[in-house]
Amino acid sequence: MAAPARKTDIGPPHYEKFLHPVIKENYGKWKYHEVLKSGVLVHVAETGAKIFTVRAASPRLLSSTTILLVCDLADKYSNGYLRFTSRNNIEFMLDNEANIDPLINELKQNNLPVGGTKNTISNIVHTQGWVHCHSAATDASGLVKVVMDDLFEYFEEMTLPHKVKIAVACCLNMCGAVHCSDIAILGVHRRPPKIDHANLKNMCEIPSTVASCPTAAIRPTYVDGKPSVQIDEDRCMFCGNCFSVCPAMPIADPLNDGVSIWVGGKVSNARTQPTFTKLAIPYLPNNPPRWTEVTDAIKKIVTIYAQDAEKYERVGEWIERIGWARFFEFTGFEFTKEHIDDFKYAGLTYRRTTQMKF
Amino acid sequence: MSDSKSPLLDELEKGPWPSFVTEIKKAAEKSPMAQGLLEQLELSYKEKKTHWKHGGIVGVKGYGGGIIGRYSDSGDKFPDVAHFHTVRVNQPSGWFYTSDALRELMAIWERHGSCLTNFHGSTGDTVFLGTKTPELEGIFTELSEKGWDLGGSGSDVRTPSCCVGPARCEFACYDTLGLTYDLTMSYQDELHRPFFPYKWKFKMAGCPNDCVASIARSDFSVIGTWKDSIQMDTEAVKEYAADANFNIQKYVVNKCPSKCMSWDGEKLEIDNKNCVRCMHCINTMPKALRPGKEKGAAILIGAKAPIVEGAQLASVIVPFMEMKPPYQELKDLIAAIWEFWDENGVARERIGECIQRVGLGNFVEQIGLKPIPQMVLQPRDNPYIFYEEYLEEE
Repeated sequence: MAAPARKTDIGPPHYEKFLHPVIKENYGKWKYHEVLKSGVLVHVAETGAKIFTVRAASPRLLSSTTILLVCDLADKYSNGYLRFTSRNNIEFMLDNEANIDPLINELKQNNLPVGGTKNTISNIVHTQGWVHCHSAATDASGLVKVVMDDLFEYFEEMTLPHKVKIAVACCLNMCGAVHCSDIAILGVHRRPPKIDHANLKNMCEIPSTVASCPTAAIRPTYVDGKPSVQIDEDRCMFCGNCFSVCPAMPIADPLNDGVSIWVGGKVSNARTQPTFTKLAIPYLPNNPPRWTEVTDAIKKIVTIYAQDAEKYERVGEWIERIGWARFFEFTGFEFTKEHIDDFKYAGLTYRRTTQMKF
Repeated sequence: MSDSKSPLLDELEKGPWPSFVTEIKKAAEKSPMAQGLLEQLELSYKEKKTHWKHGGIVGVKGYGGGIIGRYSDSGDKFPDVAHFHTVRVNQPSGWFYTSDALRELMAIWERHGSCLTNFHGSTGDTVFLGTKTPELEGIFTELSEKGWDLGGSGSDVRTPSCCVGPARCEFACYDTLGLTYDLTMSYQDELHRPFFPYKWKFKMAGCPNDCVASIARSDFSVIGTWKDSIQMDTEAVKEYAADANFNIQKYVVNKCPSKCMSWDGEKLEIDNKNCVRCMHCINTMPKALRPGKEKGAAILIGAKAPIVEGAQLASVIVPFMEMKPPYQELKDLIAAIWEFWDENGVARERIGECIQRVGLGNFVEQIGLKPIPQMVLQPRDNPYIFYEEYLEEE
């Protein structure tokens, strides 16, 4: 048997090969959509053609076994066509409305719940964590699991004032859009790296290590006659960027690593402009496997938002309306020195008006 | 007493949300690597720390990107995950698949790897999670034989990605899937062979709802918009007005950020000259309102996460550009920016940070764009101006 041909730079397969015939025929000709029920959409084309979408959750980290199961479901109910969303949901596109409920039943039997449309908490965007990353201050998959277990009703039922997008990143590199989510869970380190002076010169390039520090806290030095670096610990804010560049500066510290909670960001331009998340809780301990301090805090934010926000207000819009002082009052979260920015553009976040609520 | 090797992780098989631990266990039925991962992860849960080391340089012949090296710091205890590299496979635009295509991918992966995947990685790739160095060439050869290729990693063009676009969304103002495919094919060399100062991410969003978070996450963000008037179906407006659970005044008109709408109980009016194209009214009344007909996209630049100089959202450099194949105007702009970056960028500095350092004014001048008010929220409010023109005595 001849060895397979090795080709380079061919790029991905053309997407048209993977489009359901109804989608291919109506590409660019969709007129409107409706949410028929939680997790089920219908898109209607100018021609009157319809395509139904059933959206199911996934843990993103999937075995080939589950992918093959999903393939079988697609063959049975959606002519073999499926897609994934930007929030790691699985979508089946159906031309036959009668297949919707049987598909939902079979998805649920296989622990793939259906929901995540409109005013829900959809799947959490997240990073690798302890599953597969060297700089993780916490685990991402575990946090996603416990938070979504706790908020499961909000995935299945569209009862919130608006959609709530949650993201988890296991360190400040933020390989997910946590800096612009309604609620963000961010792994943090709290102690400076411990320098391996004996090996640093062999493992790292000193100029790029020095340059990697956002606060210029790292300087070249000699230790026991060997070139190394020193850290001005008062200037270190534990971002871990030096560790990304230099493996001889490990920053993980099980005693002090943990999680911070951020709120009120969004990427959509609807109504208000896209905006960053802001700090709600500077530190909660890593308490695996179920991180109850974290799930309690998130549940509190969501519950108060659900009660107090107006329809069509995202978390950030709600907080802007009531004011940050009231957000801390309602949640009972302590406002601390850590909440006041002290990096580059810090001054922009100070209150420069006497307009205040009492 | 339980003899489980993962008592802490077993706790994460409880509860209604689908469990990643169950997935690792399913993969472990087929691959000892997945079992190794389960055991190492249990140790992380016990010790509250990661057991992965930095990535080393691994890859396939002729490519500088696409494979992320990953090694265990406890290879003696968990030899099956001593190497546990990631393979990034360039996903199809819009993350559309057929079951046959997925079976093809899984067959390759079950032969060569841990049987664990991510659908999808944060940048958008189809991720094969965990394999050993000797397997890499075999994976790549079999992928390419079936018409698949690797995605980006390191200081290269990262795998471009997009929203569902015109394939299944009436809001799409240009062909996000088409543009993503076109750019991916046009920049194959830049995608596979890193020679930039740092990573470069393209993200294509069909409308200002930005379902791929391009404004937060991409160095070069293409967001669909329109120039003319919102299309209105007055009959459908009446349907919304008749719906007892809906309130046009309260939910739509009052929420309009530019106050360009009015509703008198019968007629909905939009002052399109003052509309900022935010999408709220269209999102809330999709049967009645649609983007206009003169469609295109805004081009924004420089979004990134915090490391190093602080997080940035992308900022507008072109308020409106027509988006039609072969996308020459867009590609000319990209070429000009890459030339600027080549001259001005420093290692591990994203284009957004480079622009902050050089100044947006200097940047737009050097890439041949005219400064326009749409590039800023307001003109500067400080008088420290670097005047470049002056008169001299004759």
